[in-house]
Amino acid sequence: MSRNFVLRIFAVFVLGSALASPFATAQSNQQLRFCLHSDPKTFNPLLAEEDSSETIRYLTGGVLMRLNRLTQDLEPELATAWRVSDGGKTITFKLRGGLSFSDGTPFTADDVAYTIQQMMDPNLHSPTGDAFRSGDGKVQTRVFDAERLSVTFPAPIAGLDKLFDQVAIMSAKSPKKEGAVLGPYAVVDYKAGNYVLLEKNPNYWRHDSAGKQLPYIQTVRLDIQSNRDNEMLKLVHGEIDFINSLDAEYFDKLSQQNPSLVHDSGVSLDSEQMWFNQVPTSPLPDYKKAWFRSTAFRRAISEAINREDLARVAFRGHARPAVGPLSPANKFWFNTKLQPHPFDQKSSLSRLTQDGFHMQDGVLKDRDGHAVEFSLITNAGNKYRERMAAMIQQDLSGIGVKLNVVTLDFPSLIERITRSFDYEACLLGLINNDLDPNSSQMNVWLSSGENHQWNPNQKTPATPWEAEIDKLMHEQANSLDPRKRKAAFDRVQEIAWEQEPFIYLVNRNALAAVSPNARNVHPVVLRPQVYWNIDEISLGNEVAKNR
Amino acid sequence: MIATRHPLLSRLVRHAGRIALTVVLGGLLGATLVRVAPGFGVDEAELDSRLSSQSIAALRASQPGSDSVASFYWNYLSRVAHGDLGISRSLQQPVAELLRERTPETAKSVVLGLLLGWLLGLSLAVAVVMSRSWGVDLFASLLGGTLLCLPAAVLALLFLIARMPGRLVLALIVFPNIFRYTRNLLVRSAASPHVLTARAKGLGNFAVFFWHILRPAAPQLLALAGVSVSIAFTASIPVEALCDLPGLGQLAWKAALSRDLYLLVTLTMIVAVVTLGANSIADLLGHALSDHSSEVPA
Amino acid sequence: MKWARLFGIGFLIVVTFACVFANFVAPSYAHQFRDEPEAAPSRQHLLGTDDLGRDRFARVLYGTRVSLLLAPAAALLSSLLAVLIGGTAGFLGGRVERAVMAATDLFLSLPWLFLLITVRALLPLNVSPITSVAITFALLGCLGWAAAARVICADARSLAHSDFILLARASGSSGLRLLWRQVVPNLQPIVFAQFWISIPVFILTEANLGVLGLGVAEPLPSWGSLLRELQSYSAITGQPWQFVPLILFVVVVSCFHLVLLEQESPA
Repeated sequence: MSRNFVLRIFAVFVLGSALASPFATAQSNQQLRFCLHSDPKTFNPLLAEEDSSETIRYLTGGVLMRLNRLTQDLEPELATAWRVSDGGKTITFKLRGGLSFSDGTPFTADDVAYTIQQMMDPNLHSPTGDAFRSGDGKVQTRVFDAERLSVTFPAPIAGLDKLFDQVAIMSAKSPKKEGAVLGPYAVVDYKAGNYVLLEKNPNYWRHDSAGKQLPYIQTVRLDIQSNRDNEMLKLVHGEIDFINSLDAEYFDKLSQQNPSLVHDSGVSLDSEQMWFNQVPTSPLPDYKKAWFRSTAFRRAISEAINREDLARVAFRGHARPAVGPLSPANKFWFNTKLQPHPFDQKSSLSRLTQDGFHMQDGVLKDRDGHAVEFSLITNAGNKYRERMAAMIQQDLSGIGVKLNVVTLDFPSLIERITRSFDYEACLLGLINNDLDPNSSQMNVWLSSGENHQWNPNQKTPATPWEAEIDKLMHEQANSLDPRKRKAAFDRVQEIAWEQEPFIYLVNRNALAAVSPNARNVHPVVLRPQVYWNIDEISLGNEVAKNR
Repeated sequence: MIATRHPLLSRLVRHAGRIALTVVLGGLLGATLVRVAPGFGVDEAELDSRLSSQSIAALRASQPGSDSVASFYWNYLSRVAHGDLGISRSLQQPVAELLRERTPETAKSVVLGLLLGWLLGLSLAVAVVMSRSWGVDLFASLLGGTLLCLPAAVLALLFLIARMPGRLVLALIVFPNIFRYTRNLLVRSAASPHVLTARAKGLGNFAVFFWHILRPAAPQLLALAGVSVSIAFTASIPVEALCDLPGLGQLAWKAALSRDLYLLVTLTMIVAVVTLGANSIADLLGHALSDHSSEVPA
Repeated sequence: MKWARLFGIGFLIVVTFACVFANFVAPSYAHQFRDEPEAAPSRQHLLGTDDLGRDRFARVLYGTRVSLLLAPAAALLSSLLAVLIGGTAGFLGGRVERAVMAATDLFLSLPWLFLLITVRALLPLNVSPITSVAITFALLGCLGWAAAARVICADARSLAHSDFILLARASGSSGLRLLWRQVVPNLQPIVFAQFWISIPVFILTEANLGVLGLGVAEPLPSWGSLLRELQSYSAITGQPWQFVPLILFVVVVSCFHLVLLEQESPA
C-alpha cells in the first residue's frame, strides 16, 4: 500500500494533473453547493451575528425591503410601498397580500409587528435590533389591517428604511417558529460540523418574468469547511459551485488555470488598520503612552509605511491603499477629497524631530533617550496580516523604529484589547457590511463606544478632536437630510485622516470564484457577493431543461 | 477474600479505581488550565461594532467566569452524575449530542490510523530484524524520517489533492513513531545472546523470531501500543481540523479556540479515560507476559 | 554502512559550518526585495525568494542555525526527563511505578495548549525572537517526555528482573549505582528512538505554536516557519526550490539517524 501511495503522490507532484481538470465530477443540476466556514451559531434570524448565521438568514429570510447589492438601491420585497414620517421616527408599510410562510401559515401585518417587538425586546439583545435603538422608550407598532401597519420608534433613526434589509420576518402564529420562513429556501437538515441543507420554499412569492416560481434551484447544500484549501480543492474538483470570498493567492492560482472562473469586483468595503493603545489606565510605561498619544508620532508612523507595497506584495495587487474608515466602494459616503497618506520617510523623520525625537546610531530615541521600540499584536493564522506586520517592521526600521511582531490566538488578543489593555499596537481589520455609517460606525467613533478601540468607553472625550467627532456623529444620526449627514460624516473622515487614531492601511478587493455551471451570477462588492440574487441563479443543466 | 481468590479481578478493580480517580483529577486540572489561560470569557462578537453597549454588556455577563474553578467543577460533576454534560457555548448544542455524533468519526480515524500505522511500522521493523540488511534498515529509516519531517498540514493537503481519505494521514503520523521504537526494541532483542544460542541449536526463523525476539520485547511493545493510542488521539486534532472531518479532534480544536469550558473539560476526561484505559490494558498484559516469561518451547 | 555514517557526519559538519558562518555566506535573511516576491533562483538569490521577497537561501541557513541548535537540545531534555522518570519508576516497580505511570497518563491527557497560552501571556510582548524560540523549545522539552517515559518504564521493569541485574545485585551493587551503571545504558535503544523522533516533532510543533504567539518571531526564520510556506494549496505550484527547506530538513534528520545507527545496527 505504501508503494502505491508514494507513486500516487509523485504523480501528483510531477504532473499537477489534479489541478488541471476542474469540474470533472458531475454536479447535480438540482443542487447548488457552497461552503460555510463555521457552524451557524443560531437559526434565529434576529440573533444572527456572524457570517454563517447571516448566510442562513439571507437564504431563508423574507424581508420587507431589500438593498439590491448590484445597484445599491432599496427595492420592495414583502412591502410594496413604505413611507418614513414624523421626522424619521415612524415608518408605514403596505404589504403584499395573499402570501404564506413555508409551512402554509398566512403572512399578515401581525407577523411584522410580532417580529419587530421581538427584535426590540431589550432582553433578547438582538444585533439586528441594536441598529434600530435610537433612544429610551418602547417601540410602538400599529396594525391597521392585514396588509398595513406602522412602526414608531422613540427617536428618529437616520437611514431607517435601509435597515429593514436585515430584518427577516418571523411568523407570530406558526408552531415551527423560525422554521417557518418567507425567503426562497427553508432549512430541512443540519448536521453539526458537516452541512446545512436547504430546500426551495414551496410558498415563495417571487416569480420570474415568464411566471415561473422562483428560485430555480431546488436545493442548496452548505458544506461546513473551515479550511480554505479544502474549499478551493472542492471548487477545482467540481464539488461546489462558487467561493463567496476568495483569498488573493487562490485567485491568482485559479486565474492561471481558467481566468473566467474568478471575479475581482474591485475594492470592497473592508479595511485593514493598526492603532496604538491610548488607554490611560493601560499597564504601559508612561513614556510609551506619551508616544502613542502624540498625533505627530502617529502621523510619522503612518507616513513611514508603504501602503502601495502592502497592497502589491501582501495582497498580490488585490487591494488598494486605504484612506480612512470608508472605502471608495461606498460611493455616497466616501469623502473623495481625501487621499491615502503618502509613503515619505523624510517627512516622517521631520515630524518626529519636531516632536522631540532624534536619531542616534540608526536608532530613533525620544527626548528622554528611550529607544523607540514597541510590539504589534495581530491574530495568528491570517497570513495577510502576518505579511503586513513583517512589511511594516521593515518599513519602520527605515526610521530607526524597532517593531516586534507578536501573533496571538484570537481570544487572547481580544482579551488584551478589550479587558486588560496590555498591548502597545494592534493590527486588525474591519468588516463593513453596511453602507450607512450610522449603523456600523457609531460605536467606533463615539468616544463612549465599546469599539472606540484605541481608548474605549470614555466617560468624557479625552481630546478635543474626539469631542468634535462625538458632536458630528450625533449630528448625522439626528438628521434626515442626506446632504447634511454626508457633510457631517465627511468631516469625521477628515478628522480621522488628520489625527490617525486608526492608521488605515489597505482596502482589500472583493474576490470570488464561480463555476461556469452557475448561471446568472454577478459578483459584487456588497455581501453576499456572489449569491445576493440566489433566487435567480440557475445551474447550467437547469437552463438547458427550461429551454 | 475475593481479592486473594481472584488476583486478576482485584487487579482490574484497582486499575478501574485508579483510572476513575485520575480522570476526575484530570478534569479538574484541565478546567484549571482553561480558566487560568488568557482569553477565557471573551467572545469575538464583542468586536462587532453593530452591537450596542448594553448588548455587549449582556454578552460579557453571559460568559462563564464568575464561579471559582472548584465550584464550577463540583457543579459539573453533579450534573455529569445525572447524565447532563452541559451545553457547548461555542456550538450552542448539548455536549452529549456533539459527542454522540462525533465519536464514531474519530473512532474510525484512530482505529484505522493505529491499525495501518502498526501494520506498516511493525512489518518494516520485522523486515529490518529478519533480513539483517542495512539496505532495508536504511530505506525503512529514511521513509520513517521523511514522514516525521512532513508537517501534518502538508500530508493532509497532499491527500486532499490526491482525493484520498484524509483520515489515512493519521496512519502516516503514527507509523514513524511505531517503527522507530519497535525497530530499536526488536534489534536489541535480536542481539541478545540467547538468540544466537537458539539459532545455533537449529530453531527455525519463525520460532526464533516469535519466542526469542518478539516475546522478550512484548512488555515494551505493549507499553508502546498503549502510548500509541494517545499519540493517535493527539494527532487526530490537527488531522481532523485540517481535513474538516467532523470528529472529536476537530471539536477539541474549536473548543480550544473559543475556550468552551464544558466541552474542554469533557473532552479532557474522555482523553484521560482512553489514555489510561489503553495504558492499563497494556500494563496488565505486560505484567501477565512478564509473569509467564519463563514458558518458552524447548 | 560505514560510508552512510560517514556521509551523515560529513553532511552535518558542512551544514553546521554553513550556519555558523551564515553571516559571510548569505545576505540578510530579513531584507525584503519587494520587487522580486516569489522569484526563481538567480545568482543573487540562489534559492529564489519567498512571498515577501526575502532571500530563501539566507533564510534556510539562518533557520537551520536556530532549529539545529535548539531542537536537539530540547530533544535531549525530553529524553533525559523520560529516562529519569520512566527509568526510575520501572526500576523501583510496585506502588511507585503505578503512581508515576498514573501521573504520566494524566500528563498525557491534559490540554497543555492552555499552559502554553498562559506562558505567552506571562512573557513580555517585547521579547526578542531568539528568546521567544528558545523558551518555546525549552517548554517542548519539558512537555514532550511522557509518551517515551511509559515505554522506558516498561523496559526498565523488564531489565530490573533480568539475570545480569540479579548478578549485579549479588555483587553488591544497589540503588542509584545499579540504576545508573547497569539499567540506564541498556535503555539506550529507546532513548535514542525518543531523541531521534523528538527532533522533527519539536521543530514542527514550534512552527504550529506560532498560533499562540510562541515560537519564532519575525523576521527570524526557523525550519518550522519555512515549512509553513508549503502548507497552503497555493504554495504547491511545482516550484521545486520551495521544497529545499523540506528536503534539507529530511536529510539532516536522516543524518542524525545515520550517526546513531551504528550503535543499534541489526547486523
